[in-house]
Amino acid sequence: MNNNTSELYIHIPFCVKKCLYCDFLSFASDDKVKEKYIDALCEELMFIGKERCNTSLSSVFIGGGTPSVLPAELIVRVMECVKENFTLNGEAEVTIECNPGTVDEEKMRAYFGCGINRISFGLQSVHDEELKKLGRIHTFNDFLNSYDAAVKAGFTNINVDLMSDIPGQSVDSWNRTLKTICELKPAPTHISAYSLIVEEGTPFADMAEEGKLDIPDEDTDREMYHMTSKILSEYGYERYEISNYAKEGHECRHNLGYWTGVTYYGAGLGAASYYEGCRFTNTSELPVYMDDPIDSFKLDEKLTNADRMSEYMILGLRLTKGVSITEFKERFCRNLSDVYGREIERFKAEGLLAEEDDMLHLTEQGLDLANFVMQAFI
Amino acid sequence: MDKSLIRNFCIVAHIDHGKSTLADRIIEKTGLLTAREMQEQVLDNMELERERGITIKSQAVRTVYKANDGKEYIFNLIDTPGHVDFNYEVSRSLAACDGAILVVDAAQGVEAQTLANVYLALDHNLDVFPVINKIDLPSAEPQRVKDEIEDVIGIEAQDAPLISAKNGIGIDEVLEAIVNKIPAPSGDETAPLQALIFDSLYDSYKGVIVFVRVMNGTVKKGTKIKMMATGASEEVVEVGIFGAGRFIPCEELSAGMVGYITASIKTLSETEVGDTVTEADNPCAEPLPGYKKVQPVVYCGVYPADSAKYEDLKEALEKLQLNDASLFYEPETSLALGFGFRCGFLGLLHLDIIQERLEREYDLDLVTTAPSVVYKVYKTDGTVIDLTNPSNLPDPSEIEYMEEPIVNAEIMVTKDFVGSIMELCQQRRGRYISMEYIEAGRALIKYELPLNEIIYDFFDALKSRSRGYASFDYDLKGYEKSSLVKLDILINKEQVDALSFIVHSDSAYERGRRMCEKLKDEIPRHLFEIPIQACVGGRVIARETVKAMRKDVLAKCYGGDITRKKKLLEKQKEGKKRMRQVGSVEIPQSAFMSVLKLDDDN
Repeated sequence: MNNNTSELYIHIPFCVKKCLYCDFLSFASDDKVKEKYIDALCEELMFIGKERCNTSLSSVFIGGGTPSVLPAELIVRVMECVKENFTLNGEAEVTIECNPGTVDEEKMRAYFGCGINRISFGLQSVHDEELKKLGRIHTFNDFLNSYDAAVKAGFTNINVDLMSDIPGQSVDSWNRTLKTICELKPAPTHISAYSLIVEEGTPFADMAEEGKLDIPDEDTDREMYHMTSKILSEYGYERYEISNYAKEGHECRHNLGYWTGVTYYGAGLGAASYYEGCRFTNTSELPVYMDDPIDSFKLDEKLTNADRMSEYMILGLRLTKGVSITEFKERFCRNLSDVYGREIERFKAEGLLAEEDDMLHLTEQGLDLANFVMQAFI
Repeated sequence: MDKSLIRNFCIVAHIDHGKSTLADRIIEKTGLLTAREMQEQVLDNMELERERGITIKSQAVRTVYKANDGKEYIFNLIDTPGHVDFNYEVSRSLAACDGAILVVDAAQGVEAQTLANVYLALDHNLDVFPVINKIDLPSAEPQRVKDEIEDVIGIEAQDAPLISAKNGIGIDEVLEAIVNKIPAPSGDETAPLQALIFDSLYDSYKGVIVFVRVMNGTVKKGTKIKMMATGASEEVVEVGIFGAGRFIPCEELSAGMVGYITASIKTLSETEVGDTVTEADNPCAEPLPGYKKVQPVVYCGVYPADSAKYEDLKEALEKLQLNDASLFYEPETSLALGFGFRCGFLGLLHLDIIQERLEREYDLDLVTTAPSVVYKVYKTDGTVIDLTNPSNLPDPSEIEYMEEPIVNAEIMVTKDFVGSIMELCQQRRGRYISMEYIEAGRALIKYELPLNEIIYDFFDALKSRSRGYASFDYDLKGYEKSSLVKLDILINKEQVDALSFIVHSDSAYERGRRMCEKLKDEIPRHLFEIPIQACVGGRVIARETVKAMRKDVLAKCYGGDITRKKKLLEKQKEGKKRMRQVGSVEIPQSAFMSVLKLDDDN
């Protein structure tokens, strides 16, 4: 990864309504608040740009929340601000997250016109009853319309988020979801397929506690999980990360950056940054952020060399190609085997890690048990 | 000392009926010193004591009461531990008294411990007079409670003082009753020394401080004393009395008096509670009755969670034993838990206290194994073993038969719960002895129960089945032959010694099944499947399987998640560190205590 480029993440914390499983920073708000938020956001972007001397960006990711709930002109304003204060590389990947039902062709054209070149749809399922169970506000038909709008507006690089382990989901219905999406015309270039995580503090966590969450049993879960990569590969998507699949050349460059230790700046409420070996997070309190968007962050951690080696491993191993043994040595001036030899040998013996050419990577079973392996590198 | 002006007494009550509150009121309302002692400047000595920072752990306190008859009386109030674990200590404290105040709650009336304690006091020929406490409660029914005391216990109660210890009502009446209803001590000052040890404590400056009630004779500085049971012999360095929170030295202790003796005694084991102190050169003819060597009733393995802390644990146990002679320990090794100690306790409460002190005062992280009672193993070669660790059970072919300890249990409960309490006792292999209804629809149920059925969670089960109303008391009856087996637990085909326990053959299957279920929840998944088996004599009687780990992965990890997810992994890793490796399986420390929680669902 080119060390001279950085990435920019922009957080839009607004949603029409929060989903039952969501633990991201998001909430519903009125239009006035949204506008004032964008004012604050632009102030922060300007500051970062100045501070970092118009640093060049290899990618921009506008995430949320649901960025697409904002009126198109606010997103355009944000993009203008980015372009004024940063240098976008010629091939920069610029993504915006959209929820079906919140966009039309006009909005899509506005996005396309201001330099956004990748759409990420949070769909989750093609079955309306499953969408309902998740507390999502849209139907599958809404998605088809939104997808169509994106294509018509000129987008060729589109991701669709899908979810397995939804309460009430069967192997069959998951199979249907995967195939329906792969058979879209034109087909999306990228699919993120997650299994549902019941996060603390979400309504799902409460429901699980009360025994009211009908999550597929372990055997079903495993069957769906293994089916995912099989079906997607049949349709030409290659698994390149634990939950991410792409057609050749369409891996999400922004996310690859997270897993390979690239510098990134986060702007907006609760956004995280990583530069000069430190991680920072902006405040999660909206009034605090709006009051002073520039000075409301805190330092989470300052990475030591050992931390950096450890992150290199635990993040790098998320990628199916794994970590490069040569690159490890170039970065840290130490042999990978000198630092983690014992752990690596153990996991190789247990069939969780494998080494091919210069790359050390998780095996199929290792991907299932990634945490178990990664703990050893902490 | 004029014996007719001394009153030695204790207060007995059911828990929470107001024993310690009344004691506080009595101490408040009386003086610390007699007029004569004041002039003798005892206070100077007390200052000295204060500088040395010695305080009494208030097992006994001496106060002075100026009665309505104009005379000054010496009150020695001797505290009795309130738990059945310490029954022997209670009996020795009672033996040091001449009378007892029985405190009964005006709303709750007579409870199981009320009865047990009164009978214990009457057994020691104490004159008992009742007081009715908490009379200012809206629910107070003093007349009903008086009648109940007369009906159930059979002691005169119509003129019992009606008091509120909390609000200081009726205390003067209690003080007069102490003078009038509790007899003055008898005894002969000129006879050979005969003093009862009812407590002792270790002080790093004075050595062992022995708490005594002098029955006959006199002891003073320079007297050569001898403990009749242990044979220890020393010259007295100091004698004194118990001021409120202070040791106050005095000339001599004579028949009828309560006080302390120091004699450069190094360890508590030389001054056992219940032993008789006499004069080495002029011993009394016989020791006082009732002495017993205190034997631990419950044993368990205590191991440091971090095996590097073995020496720290050893030191802590040594220190605790300095002030608690009833704590027993010896080194033991477990394949699963490494180096630790087999510790003996007077009961579960005692075990809890010690464990808590080790963890809190000595900052130790402990793994304890399931408590076990002491079984008697009669071997075919004619020898008998006291079995304190299930792992040491000889091969079944060498065992003729085994015996287990049985207790006499008394449970008092309102009639609505009689059925469920009896059901519980039956489940715990109880033998029904009797039941009588006492006043107002309450029943006193008597059962004989095996001790090993009540040491874990009997009390909790009792409370939950009676909505907290049942009260319970027991004492050891003796040993009985029983059909006992050792239940072994195999994890991934390897026997884990620290998980073995002795169980009645009829409950073996049920216990084994529950144990397996419990362990299945406790043991984390590994890369391979782990069978958990319960075995008796090599035969598998129950089995569960911890399935192989199939999924342990974070689906998402993006820029904002990294710090948080790293912490999650760190936490998982920390958890692993606290596990014990048995063969190729990692077992969390909590699993070793899971046998204690087998009846959670009840």
